[in-house]
Amino acid sequence: MCDQTFLVNVFGSCDKCFKQRALRPVFKKSQQLSYCSTCAEIMATEALHENETLASLKSEAESLKGKLEEERAKLHDVELHQVAERVEALGQFVMKTRRTLKGHGNKVLCMDWCKDKRRIVSSSQDGKVIVWDSFTTNKEHAVTMPCTWVMACAYAPSGCAIACGGLDNKCSVYPLTFDKNENMAAKKKSVAMHTNYLSACSFTNSDMQILTASGDGTCALWDVESGQLLQSFHGHGADVLCLDLAPSETGNTFVSGGCDKKAMVWDMRSGQCVQAFETHESDINSVRYYPSGDAFASGSDDATCRLYDLRADREVAIYSKESIIFGASSVDFSLSGRLLFAGYNDYTINVWDVLKGSRVSILFGHENRVSTLRVSPDGTAFCSGSWDHTLRVRSSRPAWAIW
Amino acid sequence: MAAGPAPPPGRPRAHMPHLTKMERVVVSMQDPDQGVKMRSQRLLVTVIPHAVTGSDVVQWLTQKFCISEEARRSPSHPSPEALHLGAVLVQHGYIYPLRDPRSLVLRPDETPYRFQTPYFWTSTLWPAAELDYAIYLAKKNIRKQGTLADYEKECYDRLHTKISHAWDLVLMQAREQLRAAKQRRKGDRLVIACQEQTYWLVNRPPPGAPSVLEQGPGRGFCAASRVHMTKSADFYKQEIEYCRRALGRTRVKSSVCLEAYLSFCGQRGPHDPLVSGCLPSNPWISDNDAYWVMNAPTVAAPTKLRVERWAFSFRELLEDPVGRAHFMDFLGKEFSGENLSFWEACEELRYGAQAQVPTLVDAVYQQFLAPGAARWVNIDSRTMERTLEGLRQPHRYVLDDAQLHIYMLMKKDSYPRFLKSDMYKGLLAEAGIPLETKKRVFPFSWRPRHSSPSPALLPTAVEPTAAGGPGGGDGVA
Repeated sequence: MCDQTFLVNVFGSCDKCFKQRALRPVFKKSQQLSYCSTCAEIMATEALHENETLASLKSEAESLKGKLEEERAKLHDVELHQVAERVEALGQFVMKTRRTLKGHGNKVLCMDWCKDKRRIVSSSQDGKVIVWDSFTTNKEHAVTMPCTWVMACAYAPSGCAIACGGLDNKCSVYPLTFDKNENMAAKKKSVAMHTNYLSACSFTNSDMQILTASGDGTCALWDVESGQLLQSFHGHGADVLCLDLAPSETGNTFVSGGCDKKAMVWDMRSGQCVQAFETHESDINSVRYYPSGDAFASGSDDATCRLYDLRADREVAIYSKESIIFGASSVDFSLSGRLLFAGYNDYTINVWDVLKGSRVSILFGHENRVSTLRVSPDGTAFCSGSWDHTLRVRSSRPAWAIW
Repeated sequence: MAAGPAPPPGRPRAHMPHLTKMERVVVSMQDPDQGVKMRSQRLLVTVIPHAVTGSDVVQWLTQKFCISEEARRSPSHPSPEALHLGAVLVQHGYIYPLRDPRSLVLRPDETPYRFQTPYFWTSTLWPAAELDYAIYLAKKNIRKQGTLADYEKECYDRLHTKISHAWDLVLMQAREQLRAAKQRRKGDRLVIACQEQTYWLVNRPPPGAPSVLEQGPGRGFCAASRVHMTKSADFYKQEIEYCRRALGRTRVKSSVCLEAYLSFCGQRGPHDPLVSGCLPSNPWISDNDAYWVMNAPTVAAPTKLRVERWAFSFRELLEDPVGRAHFMDFLGKEFSGENLSFWEACEELRYGAQAQVPTLVDAVYQQFLAPGAARWVNIDSRTMERTLEGLRQPHRYVLDDAQLHIYMLMKKDSYPRFLKSDMYKGLLAEAGIPLETKKRVFPFSWRPRHSSPSPALLPTAVEPTAAGGPGGGDGVA
C-alpha cells in the first residue's frame, strides 16, 4: 500500500486582485498571503526585477567607489616620509613614570583629563569612577555606577561635572560636589539612552552638551539639562567604539571609528557623514585629531595606527612594525603633533614620530593591556590606564634638558 | 577567575588577528632552515628532541624583526622588545617550558622550551570545556597524589560538586587516558604532559595571573554587519549618494597637505613640553607646580611663549582668555568690540542648554541685530536677510551664517592689525622667559607636592558674555 498525497485546493478571494480563484500560499517579507496563480506569477517576476535593480545598484556603487579612489590617487604626489626627510630627527628622550595611581579594584577602562591639567577621572570594570588630583595622587571623588564595564568617562570643560557610562546603555552626568552630606549619586542625571553599550562620550565646548558613541552603531548629541536628543548620526555598519571632536575654528565636526573598520567624519549640525575612510583591516579602537584639525590618527586591532588627512581625503601614513602584533587600543598626539603615543594590548606603549613614520621608543611597565591613553591638556605629560588596575602618568624630556 | 565558568564567549578567531600573527611567527620559528636552532634536550634520563633554549628564541626574534640598535651593538644583552615578544608567545602558550611548566615565563638563558602542538593552540580549541578540565585535574590527582596546586585543588572540589552526576565518567576517562599514556615512550609522555599543562595554564590561569584570553564585552562582529550590508537597496543608494558627494568635493594635493604638517610641527615644536622641555620646569618631573602657576588661564603677566602663540592663528588667540581680553581691548580702541561680543554670544547659544535657546536668540537679536541696537554689528545685507528670516523659527544654529561672517571679518581684518599693533608688540617685549629651576640633586629632599583647589570648588568659570554677567555662585563646601 502506498501513501497517496492529495493536493488540496483552497478557493477564495485572492489577497491582491480579490477575484475568486484557487489560491496558493505566498510569503512576502515573512508574512503569509494567499494569491491566485496569476498574481503569484506576477509577484515572481517583480521579485526578479527587484533583484536586478539591487544588482545594478550594487555595481553602480562599486564603480563610483572605484572612481573615488582614482580621484583620490590622482592628487597623491608624494609620501609623508619623503617630505619629512629634511626634518631633523628627534633626539633621545628620557620617558619615565612620574605618578602611579592605585585605587581601582579592577581593570581601568577609560580616563580623561580636566582642563586644569592635573585632575583626571577614570572608570573601571567594577563600576567605580574615581576623580584624582594626579599631581598629588589624592583621590577627590568616587562614585559607584550601578553597572559594570564603565567604558566611557569624560570631564566637563568647567571641571564641575563628569559623565560616564558603559553596559547600562546610558550616559550619566554627575555634578562634582565637596559637600560631605551629599551623596554624589543622588544628583546623577541620566542624559543619553542607547540600545547597546556606551563606548565613548565627550562634552562639546560646554557642560551642556554631550556627544556619545554606542555599540548600537550610532553616535548622538544630547542636551544635558533636558536629556533631549539633539542629533543622531547613523551610518556605521557595526558598533562605534570611539569618537573625537574636531579642534576647528568653526567647531562643527567630529570623527568616529567602529567595528566596521570605517572612520567617519560627521557634520554635527546636519547629522550627515562628510567623509569616510576604510583602510584598516580590523576594528578601529581609537581616533584622535591632529592638533591642527586637518588630520586624525586611528588605532586598530590590526596592530597599526594610521594618519588620515581630511583635505587630501586619504590615508597618508601607517605606523606599524612587524614586531608589533597586538592591536592598538588608544592613541593621542603630543601638543605639537610631532609625537603619537599609542597604547597596545600587549601591555606596551609605542611612541611614534608622526612625520618620519618611525618609532621613537617603546615603554614597558604595565602588567596588562593598556586600555586608555590621553595627553594632558597642556602637553606636559600623558596618562595611561590599564587592565592591571593602575594608571600611570608619564612625562618625557629631551635628553639634553634638565626638566 | 581561575576556576568556575569558562571565560565569557569572546570573539571568534577571525577577530583576534594577534593570534593569527603569533601563529605565523611561531611557524616561521620552526622552519628547518631559517628557524630557531633546535637541539635535543636531556631531562634527567630522558632525551627530548626539538627543544630550543630561551636565549636562542630571543636572539632569533631580535634578528628577524631587526628590533633595536642596542641589540646589534651587544648581542649578548637581550633587547627588551625581543624579550617582551618572546614572553608574550610563551604567555599565550605557543612555546612552553620543559622544566618548570608551572609558570609561563620566558628566561633568556639555557632553559629549554618547545613549540606547542597546533592541537593545543590558543585559537584552535575554544572554549575549553569544564569536563575536559575535570578530566585533566583528575588525571593529575590520580597520577601523583598531592601534586595539585592550591588553586587547582579548589577547582577540583568545585567541579566535583558541580558535575557530580558525571563524576564517574570523569574518573573513568582519566584512568583510561593514563593507561593509554603508559604505553607510550617516556619522552613522549613527558612532552604530552607538558603540552597539556601549558594549555590549561593558558585557559585556566592561576589566581593573580592575567588571563590572556579575556577580551572585554562582546562587540558586534563584522559577520553581523555583513548581513546588514546585503540587506537592502537603501544601503547601496546611501553609498551612491555618498560617493557622488565625495566626488564633487575639492581635494588638495598631498604635497601641500604634508608640507602643512611640517610647518605646523616646526612652529609648535618649541611649545611642546614633551618634545622641547618646559621652563621653569616640568611639574611632573620636578614636583614643582610653578609652571602651572605661571601659565594659569588668567594671569597678569603671560610668558613669552604664550604671547608668541597668539600669532600662530586666530583660534589660538581666542582660546587663550588673556589673549582674548587683550584683543577685546584692541577692538575697543578701534570701536569694533561688538564684533567679538557678538561672536561670544553666538558661541554661548550654540553650546548652551536647549531650554535657553529662545531667550538667548532674542537677547542677541535685541543687542546686536535689531535696527538701532545698542551694539549693532555690521553684517552684509544678504546674510542679515537670511538671519532675520531664520529668527522666526529660532534654533541653536540660526545665527551660524552671521557668526561666520563676523568671525571671518575679525580674522582677515582686525586680527592681522592686532598682530602689527604697538599693543601686541609691547606685550611681546614685556613677556618674560622663566628661568630654569636648578635641578636639586643633592641634598635629596622630598618636596611636598602642592595641591590646588578643585575647579568644582571655584565660582563657575567666568566666560565673558554679552547677555548677562558672569555666572555667580559660591560653591564653597
